[in-house]
Amino acid sequence: MGSLTPDFRFGNFVGSIVWLVFVILALVTLLILPIIFFTLFYIPLPEVDGEVLTPYLFFSMMVDPSRTLPIVQFFVHTDLFRAAVFPGFGFAALIAAATIFVERKLLAKMQLRVGPLYAGKVEGIFQLLADGLKLLTKEIIVPSGADKPIFWLAPIMYVSTAAAVVALIPVASGWVVADVDVGLIAAFAILGFFPLIALLFSWASNSKFPFIGGLRALHQMIAFEIPFFLSALPVVIMSSSLNLSDIARSQNIFWNIFILPINAFVFFISSLAELERIPFDLPEAESEIVAGWLTETTGMMYGLIQLGSYLKLYALAGLFVVLFLGGWSGPQIFPPELIPGAHDSNFPLLQMLALDGLYNPVTVNGIFWFLIKIIVVILLMLIVRGINPRIRIDILLHTGWYKLIVLTFINLFVVLMLIYGGIIGPGGLISTR
Amino acid sequence: MSTLDDKINEINRLAIQITKDNDDDRLMNLSIGPQHPGSGHFRIVIKVDGDYIVYADPDIGYVHRGEEKMSETRNFIQNIPHLERPVIHDSTNIIYAYSLAIEELIGINPPRRGQFVRAIAAELDRIVYTTYWLAIYGIFLGHSTMFMWPTGDRELIIDLLERLTGHRVTHAFSVPGGVRNDIPYNFKEKCLTQINYFEKRLKEYEDIFYNNPLLRQRTEGVGIMSKEDAIKLGVTGSVLRASGVPYDIRKVEPYDVYDEIDFKVQYMKSCDTFARAYIPYLDMKESCHIIRQLLDKMPDEGSVREKIVGNVKAQPGETYRRVESGRGALGYYIISDGGTKPYRLKISTGSFRNILALPFLLVGSKLGDMPAIYWALNYWPIEADR
Repeated sequence: MGSLTPDFRFGNFVGSIVWLVFVILALVTLLILPIIFFTLFYIPLPEVDGEVLTPYLFFSMMVDPSRTLPIVQFFVHTDLFRAAVFPGFGFAALIAAATIFVERKLLAKMQLRVGPLYAGKVEGIFQLLADGLKLLTKEIIVPSGADKPIFWLAPIMYVSTAAAVVALIPVASGWVVADVDVGLIAAFAILGFFPLIALLFSWASNSKFPFIGGLRALHQMIAFEIPFFLSALPVVIMSSSLNLSDIARSQNIFWNIFILPINAFVFFISSLAELERIPFDLPEAESEIVAGWLTETTGMMYGLIQLGSYLKLYALAGLFVVLFLGGWSGPQIFPPELIPGAHDSNFPLLQMLALDGLYNPVTVNGIFWFLIKIIVVILLMLIVRGINPRIRIDILLHTGWYKLIVLTFINLFVVLMLIYGGIIGPGGLISTR
Repeated sequence: MSTLDDKINEINRLAIQITKDNDDDRLMNLSIGPQHPGSGHFRIVIKVDGDYIVYADPDIGYVHRGEEKMSETRNFIQNIPHLERPVIHDSTNIIYAYSLAIEELIGINPPRRGQFVRAIAAELDRIVYTTYWLAIYGIFLGHSTMFMWPTGDRELIIDLLERLTGHRVTHAFSVPGGVRNDIPYNFKEKCLTQINYFEKRLKEYEDIFYNNPLLRQRTEGVGIMSKEDAIKLGVTGSVLRASGVPYDIRKVEPYDVYDEIDFKVQYMKSCDTFARAYIPYLDMKESCHIIRQLLDKMPDEGSVREKIVGNVKAQPGETYRRVESGRGALGYYIISDGGTKPYRLKISTGSFRNILALPFLLVGSKLGDMPAIYWALNYWPIEADR
């Protein structure tokens, strides 16, 4: 307690807090509430249960348990909810945060350590929160001679590009932010932005090590994007669709990985290279080029790029699940009713717990299996980091341009043989449609 | 493969050309260190053409402490604690050679039991140093598990040394005339248990690190230094033995009890970075073997130290004694004028001799190979600067 000023008075301190609360309350009542009501006056209000949803009705419904469900149901089916919360950014960010924590704990266990321990009492569960707060309070240093607009924009561009890939991943039947007919091509097109951002940022940093890192990122991603695309080609041939939801639906008899094991392997390796994870973390190789293209990032800039790269991890794992592991398909384990008999019950609370209109057993089942599969894929991606060293750039280029491309063609020909032999595909023996 | 002379000529030609057209945009001048995660207290000035290194200049001297000059103002016993500072992980070995030299100057012989205890401490310290080196080699190649495992297992050996000497890293254990104190109660059993466990772990290191195809891909056939080149460059220790020269001071000029111990000099003929990274690992295995024999043959009774007075006077003359440390031959050249202090003390360290080979190995290799080649030279920057 050595930081009190000499003229500190406790009364003044309490008085200033009371004054602050008064000012905030006055601002809310005199300024913010009128603004909200004036805005609501001009925008068309949605209809719920045949009534226009005025703010008054909204609050009254929120406190009346029997009328809460329709309003929640209404919000769940808005586009904003999809983009911001469930299959979109919020869900992906949650999985990304969980991935960071699990990665640290898993690697710690592999390396005979304990990992994060103190933040949050239980096994350091709030370590990520603490790290985020630390990064927020750090000063952002812009190097002299840096290209400022690009330098400031690149981290935001990185996160938003990663979020754009996330928007294409279907979590369950009908649960996808952007149900595009050329979803696979869109995903690859957006993934093509990442080397560009890395190169722009490294150039804008005006430093030597970031520049080498940016060039390495460019080389690496171009070398691995071709096997990356090619490994997804037989999947498209088999499902005769580019829509990711349709690709997932077409695997309801067998998963693609059983026919395309080599392609699944190539896709997995290429996505590790796209993610710049060990053994392909050449653009960030610490002992060679400090931190690669991230050398000049400070504070929350670094935090945003890390968030972006873990969103990308989720997106690529999701793509792997959709393309090779059958998406959300799996045996139905959820009952048709959440609580048997609750629907016709006389008790309003029990009737509410039946979650009429919200609980769809097929959707919940799909989300459950999708989550199980994606957790397995993410864990596989994490374990690779613990057991491998970094490889060299020439070995990497050789692997990408020569070995992986040749490997993808093997399974492509196998699939074509099966299709022309009349075993799979439209009208085949084990046809899905 | 070009000979060393060709390479030296080529490097000189390049150096002249580079100084001539320094504004050449094709070359990028990189300063690896001293504030670089891949250097240590040390700097390498590197010029790269694309991804190829065309010029490399190791720049040492960032941690020069004047150990040699400092030794001239202290007497023979006072010199012990500060002389082990250049390489605190291997502190018994760096004092071992000093003790041997001073014993020769004073004219005493340590008792037999003292010689055994000293050798045990030296071998344990070799393991401590090499695990630390291996941990850094792992993280230099991006293998984080290989950083954590040796760092953790090193603690067991350090605990053992703490029981033996009373200190965790800087032991000041070996003194002229033997060792500072006798082994503690139950030390033999404890030591055998730890060594057995450590040998089990060594097998796991091999599985996860040395047998990893990605590691082999990136280290095999990289940074070739032929047998002739190695001898001409004057490298020592594991770097020399990796080039196919079975040269170990413990075998060539055995000191203390090493002539009674049966051990192999580990060497490989592949002359590449992988061999340089693998030899210290084999040395650790051999050290476990040696420790077991030393514990077995050590006499149960007897004194461990020939007592000398603090201000003992040495006979006038000069001496040069060396031991095999974790980084190769480590020698002390001491001139005495008959007083209580050394007139001149010169330390010849393995690190300094090994780093001289760095430019010849780096030029022509890729930037990504820099950490692998550099740290495989078994170099400890502080020891080279002294």
